[in-house]
Amino acid sequence: MGTATDTAAQAAMPDGRPVDAVVIGASAGGVEALLELLPVLRPGLSAPVLVVLHLPRNRPSLLTGLFAPRCALRVREAADNEPVRGGTIYFAPPDYHLLVDRGPRLALSDDDLVHFSRPSIDVLFESAADVYRQRLLGVVLTGASADGAAGLRAVRRRGGITFVQRPDTAYSPVMPASAASHCEPGHVLPLATIAQQLSALAPPTPPPGRREGS
Amino acid sequence: MPHSTAAVDRDDIELQLLLQAIYLQFHYDFRSYAGASLKRRVMTAKERFGCATVSQLQDKVLHDPTVFPALLDLLTIQVSDMFRDPPYFLALRGLVLPVLRTYPSLKLWVAGCSSGEEAYSLAILLREEGLLDRAMIYATDINPNALRLAQEGVFDIAKLDGFAANHRGAGGTTPLSDHFTAAYGRAVFDQSLKDHIIFADHSLATDSVFAEVQLVSCRNVLIYFDRALQDRALGLFREALCRKGFLGLGSKESLRFSSHSDAFADLDAQRRIFQKAAD
Repeated sequence: MGTATDTAAQAAMPDGRPVDAVVIGASAGGVEALLELLPVLRPGLSAPVLVVLHLPRNRPSLLTGLFAPRCALRVREAADNEPVRGGTIYFAPPDYHLLVDRGPRLALSDDDLVHFSRPSIDVLFESAADVYRQRLLGVVLTGASADGAAGLRAVRRRGGITFVQRPDTAYSPVMPASAASHCEPGHVLPLATIAQQLSALAPPTPPPGRREGS
Repeated sequence: MPHSTAAVDRDDIELQLLLQAIYLQFHYDFRSYAGASLKRRVMTAKERFGCATVSQLQDKVLHDPTVFPALLDLLTIQVSDMFRDPPYFLALRGLVLPVLRTYPSLKLWVAGCSSGEEAYSLAILLREEGLLDRAMIYATDINPNALRLAQEGVFDIAKLDGFAANHRGAGGTTPLSDHFTAAYGRAVFDQSLKDHIIFADHSLATDSVFAEVQLVSCRNVLIYFDRALQDRALGLFREALCRKGFLGLGSKESLRFSSHSDAFADLDAQRRIFQKAAD
């Protein structure tokens, strides 16, 4: 099930649990939170990072332009049917759900809104949990939505790793508060601490000769 | 906490068995649909029918004749809007219709038309450009309930404001109200539009090409197919299109991962409008 397409070392937690993919969900206040989180990810990260941020549905997203110059990893808007590549941050496009399908490949859908949202965090997390199982790491950040709680529960049920932003440190505490009860003990943390943990998934210096192609 | 490490999940086994049962009993082939989206819809259906497992749902599908039509609706009906994604229709108006105007008669294919919004939008667009009289729109779907709704052409008047805004965004040159009759909170599209639309049962998974057309519009349908079925559908479109015919896809669909990508050139890459290569 390995997704690393290049020479990067297998991403892993400090306790040795391997991580094949990271999923992140954020809503109100999410751009600022992601600006604190995504730029600290190291270029040697072998896992892909899939992000759902709730956005207005009727406008093109500006996220890739905002994040690409600030991140060491490749940043792109997810395309349907695209093979998932390690070391890449994928944002769900506005007005489409983002899912992970076997392959692993990315899939989009315009099914009904979930918790008034499309893209929905639950849809991404649940489909990713099906594919990556215990080798998935899920993070729920700031937001004023009920989205993300069921998704994080699905990640945990599969034995995956879960993090939630500590609600009293979030711009909007509602979403992390509802997800916190599904988070593993000790992983409801301030954003800076979560950022450190995600950064530590990859070794501090990028391995030489990382390929950009294929 | 970490449990089953089996190669295939029980849910996935049950899902495959259900799809096999549907295919054998009803001849609808969902086995090549995109797994993750389809699974989500099946799980929603499972709850809707009060089943604890997908196997229980399969039992109902096979033994209760009322269940499959309702399940088919849950698996396939997609509620859409008139002139959804207005820039697409604006691009058709500006780039494609001037070419279509050069043909003495026009055939267009809306593949996966669901309840008909796209077909009616296209008919209104053609009428505004003076092309409807020489045009026939084939609008196809696999779901008989969706086709019946599409043929009725009735919509909730509460949706009208949104539709009218989309229509303006699509460069509409007439009031939308010119094209329907409203009564009792409902609106019905004009018979003069319906006269130029043929709603028909057709499966991109199992049927073949039925006509030569100048434009195929198939939006937000391919995202529900796996790669092999996407290729099959695109192969049908390629075969159905005349030389230099046009193909319109959904705003996040592309030919990038298809074996037919070389057969088409970008006409408006952003609006996902393609033109079949000359040979």
